[in-house]
Amino acid sequence: MCLGMPGQIVAVEGSTALVEFTAGAAGTPGGGVRRKVALELVDEDVRVGDHVLVHVGFAIRRIAAEDLAETLAFFASLSGEEPAA
Amino acid sequence: MTAPIEFRDVARGRALQAQLDQLLAAHARPITLLHVCGSHEQAIARYGLRARFPANLRVQMGPGCPVCVTDAPEIDACVALAERGLRILTYGDMLRVPGQRSSLAAARARGARVEVIYSPTQAVEIARASAEPVVFFATGFETTAVATAAVLLAEPPPQLYVLAAHKWVPAAMDVVARSPDSEIEGYLAAGHAATITGYGLFESFVREHDKPVVVAGFEPLDILAGLVLLVERVIAGQAELCNAFPRCVSRDGNRRALAALWRVFALEDGEWRGIARVPGGELRLRPEFAAHDARLRFAAELQEGRREAPAASAGAAPCRCGSIMLGKLTPSDCALFGRECRPEAPVGACMVSTEGACRIWYENGERRLQELRT
Repeated sequence: MCLGMPGQIVAVEGSTALVEFTAGAAGTPGGGVRRKVALELVDEDVRVGDHVLVHVGFAIRRIAAEDLAETLAFFASLSGEEPAA
Repeated sequence: MTAPIEFRDVARGRALQAQLDQLLAAHARPITLLHVCGSHEQAIARYGLRARFPANLRVQMGPGCPVCVTDAPEIDACVALAERGLRILTYGDMLRVPGQRSSLAAARARGARVEVIYSPTQAVEIARASAEPVVFFATGFETTAVATAAVLLAEPPPQLYVLAAHKWVPAAMDVVARSPDSEIEGYLAAGHAATITGYGLFESFVREHDKPVVVAGFEPLDILAGLVLLVERVIAGQAELCNAFPRCVSRDGNRRALAALWRVFALEDGEWRGIARVPGGELRLRPEFAAHDARLRFAAELQEGRREAPAASAGAAPCRCGSIMLGKLTPSDCALFGRECRPEAPVGACMVSTEGACRIWYENGERRLQELRT
């Protein structure tokens, strides 16, 4: 039950979004499962194309693309690599 | 979406592993760390991370499985309502958890109406279409509790009753840290729960227990990076708080979700199965939601059910779930593991849920390093 899944918003209607979940290891876009997700708990405006973290049918966080890049650069710095541009 | 692939990138993972190797090679003693999330254990086992940990690094799973820590009397209470003909809605992984007397699955096999849902929004839809009361068995940690809160705040139909058994993980981390013979030197906190609560919540834990805490995500790189940060702090003797999951976790968390949580729930003491009575470890419905509180509406039925349940058998079972959830033992330390206790015939709750340490170890063929190398 405590499984959190990141997914991408493909449509928004009122306080509900249709979210596509990319398939686990393959991660192929377009090949995922689509589910209706409630937006009552997410603390930012979300739009089509945004990534969100979903728990039991509720989006709990918008995941910004710039944060993904920042995290990867941070991890690279831990192992002494030059941060990727 | 390319992000999951990048966070499973092999070259980046090897670089972080090399960093862990280097840190621990320069450290004479073994280091024991604890994570508190079934999803962390799943990733560690599934991606084979443990097999590549340095020999003097032990990473144990603590009380991070909501199914495992749901107390048997809570299961019995739900079974009692099911046996009295009420329609029960539950998350699927609660079905086979043994109570003192029965599981929900066994009650269903005897004819009780127990249905599986994956979101509280479905409970609302089902209740709205129903002429009779329906009971949603609301279990889980912070991430599922906020979802229960959201549906209770959105004017649910009067037929919806919530049997709340939500738990508050930070309180159980305190109990583990206070455990007298604990060898744990650092804690990997669960990134998804911290998405709700914020990492700032752990500041008092770090101060009080003088141990580092790192909030980490669930992809292999997230976990390896979290472990590097944690090991660095353990070796340096720095009780610090770090956030290794900044793409989801902020200092203050999701304020909208937290506001919903505290409007609906209040902290009380509660039993965590196999662990202890945890001060402030239980999220109970506030009196404002009494109209939807199954404990009040069906108090008489629950009272009857309690009379039917046998008294807890003291020390009869050699199941070691309690010690495993305190991070003192690993599943393979238990004599029942993989023998009498298997996923199809679980003895303890840790073998029932896909988030339980024993089930994860059994399904992934996980071993301790010492076992792998002998």
